[in-house]
Amino acid sequence: MNESLLILTAVAAISLGTPLIFATVGEIITERAGILNLGVQGMMLVGAVSGFWATFVSGSLILGVVVAMVAAAGLAAVHAFTSITLRVSQIVSGLALTLFGTGLASFLGRAGSEPLVGSPSRKVFVPLLDGAMTEIPVVGPLLFGHDALVYLAVIVAGVASYYLFHTHLGLSLRAVGEDPASAESAGVNVTWVRYAHVMVGGALAGLGGAYFSLALVPTWQDDPIGAAGWIAIALVILASWRPWRAVFAAYLFGAAERFQFTLQTLGEPWSNVPSTLLAMLPFVLAIVAMIVLTSGKRARFLGAPAALGIPYFREQR
Amino acid sequence: MRFTRWRGFAVLLVAFALVVAACGGDDGADTGTPDQPGEVLKVAFVHVGPVADKGWSWAHDQGAQFLKAQLGDAVDITTLEIIPEGSDSQRVFEDLAAAGNKLIFGTSFGYMDPMLAAAENFPDTVFMHATGFKTSEGMGNYFGAAEEARYLSGMAAGAATETNLIGYVAAFPIPEVLRGINAFTLGALEVNPGVEVQVVWTSTWFDPPKEGTAAESLLDAGADVIAMHQDSAAPGQAAEAAGAKWVGYNTDMSEFAPTAWLTAAIWDWGPIYLETAQQVIAGTWESEAFYGNMAGGMVALAPFGESVEQATRDLILERQAQIIDGSFSIFPDPIMNQDGESQPLGDIFGMDFFVQGVIGSPTG
Repeated sequence: MNESLLILTAVAAISLGTPLIFATVGEIITERAGILNLGVQGMMLVGAVSGFWATFVSGSLILGVVVAMVAAAGLAAVHAFTSITLRVSQIVSGLALTLFGTGLASFLGRAGSEPLVGSPSRKVFVPLLDGAMTEIPVVGPLLFGHDALVYLAVIVAGVASYYLFHTHLGLSLRAVGEDPASAESAGVNVTWVRYAHVMVGGALAGLGGAYFSLALVPTWQDDPIGAAGWIAIALVILASWRPWRAVFAAYLFGAAERFQFTLQTLGEPWSNVPSTLLAMLPFVLAIVAMIVLTSGKRARFLGAPAALGIPYFREQR
Repeated sequence: MRFTRWRGFAVLLVAFALVVAACGGDDGADTGTPDQPGEVLKVAFVHVGPVADKGWSWAHDQGAQFLKAQLGDAVDITTLEIIPEGSDSQRVFEDLAAAGNKLIFGTSFGYMDPMLAAAENFPDTVFMHATGFKTSEGMGNYFGAAEEARYLSGMAAGAATETNLIGYVAAFPIPEVLRGINAFTLGALEVNPGVEVQVVWTSTWFDPPKEGTAAESLLDAGADVIAMHQDSAAPGQAAEAAGAKWVGYNTDMSEFAPTAWLTAAIWDWGPIYLETAQQVIAGTWESEAFYGNMAGGMVALAPFGESVEQATRDLILERQAQIIDGSFSIFPDPIMNQDGESQPLGDIFGMDFFVQGVIGSPTG
């Protein structure tokens, strides 16, 4: 039973979806503050390389994760400075961050006399609760036998959801994203809230990047994350700015990523479907979902922060 | 309604980014260095992936470094990496030619027509294209019989499998890849007549998460040996994690998956780069289609992993000796195709079918 393709695909979807959960929840938090950050891909790559480096040097996975988060948060701070303090176009600044981060990650991977590039990771996140637990029918492989970050991703989504909708700080955050002027008149420091959450969002993107280089494809090679950063930005809309929904959106996307290959192993008639068509599957899914969710009046109920992408000028409306 | 308009734009932008991402790769183009006086031959290399992939592009870059080590200051080498295939690459080749490069190597199949067009526009520049099948007065072609080493690596895989299902993570359905899959399968069948090779296409040359995922889907389908054509080590890491075996490609990648490692077909591009550069310097270069092989040293078999048994090694080395001395040819003629029908072998450079024993579609 646990060998059935459905279960195997679901298990793969969980691990492929995990980095997307981190990045998507991070971007949700960022956008809830009214800041659009299109630099997710760049932040993830910088997180991936710096986390890999820290683990490579120290032999500690925890240190790797921490360094990845700090490095990506640092990159996010650049975006915070340009978009909050300098009030430049958030789209331009975010895209610049992606280009810069991609180049920086590639550069860091090759720097020094013994470059990281082409090295396997010194340590890798390994499955917890492996063995007997995974033998339980259906729920065994779904719930157990994953690495620690898989569980952490779900916890992060849960905490983010609680924070957003059940705490005073979360209320302030949402107020800043909806109507910063009103929030400020209610005593919320808009600039501070935005800075803090853009950096938290960056840290989570970095963690998502580190999941690639320390767990999913534990090696440093240029550009090891595919298009995960862009997918995460799309998943924010798919998840309608709610962290819990991001978990399911990410798993759905992970399943689509995996299913394109599973279909090819199923023989006739599936093997007659051109693989190039199957390769488009996850992206088509994301685009269709976005179009459906953002068209017409439905969009109003999605939860897009009203002040998203609009620079805030104090005492000016 | 400033915000509604903006949102529409953002959706468009993200959709556009997704399309770009789906099409793959970013453009890392960079134009050449300024002209230098003297008798220095400016040589350029254009790669589809990062030279640090430890795979295909890395192997070519090792060849470029060999050229530099041999000729020193007589050559000035420019290397461009992550240049997407397709018509845009023509601009890259022409920029390089305009920047004074007199010898330009393009190391990926999809550069074929763009290079041909660039060679037309820059008749004084020597263009060399790897893996294709077209030549012109200004463009030569070079490649090698990887199928010889693929056959041998297939023997190692056939001996290693217990489930009799080998997974093959394939790149694009072009003759080079089909040739490799067929040779590999014939090798596996020689030592293990019951073996089957399941092919999964990724439509990538280098995308580690995708290639790793494809390998996992094959492992889940029951394969216990993974072979591949791409430039990343991700399929090997997936095999290592699952306790399966792995046949790599391009270079000795055993450090990525030491337990899983069996062997691989590997490349040595140094000699052809040196020879071509010397011909261009001497003014004796003439366009031709060069096809290297194991006998000439362009293709080789990587060192065996520990798990390869001595009897298998002996068998493989015996075949290798026969391939090198020319007494054994990889592909029989006529040949049994996927449907169990005997058909003429035809031109192996235009191979478009699978041999018996392969599961999957030869058209991708």
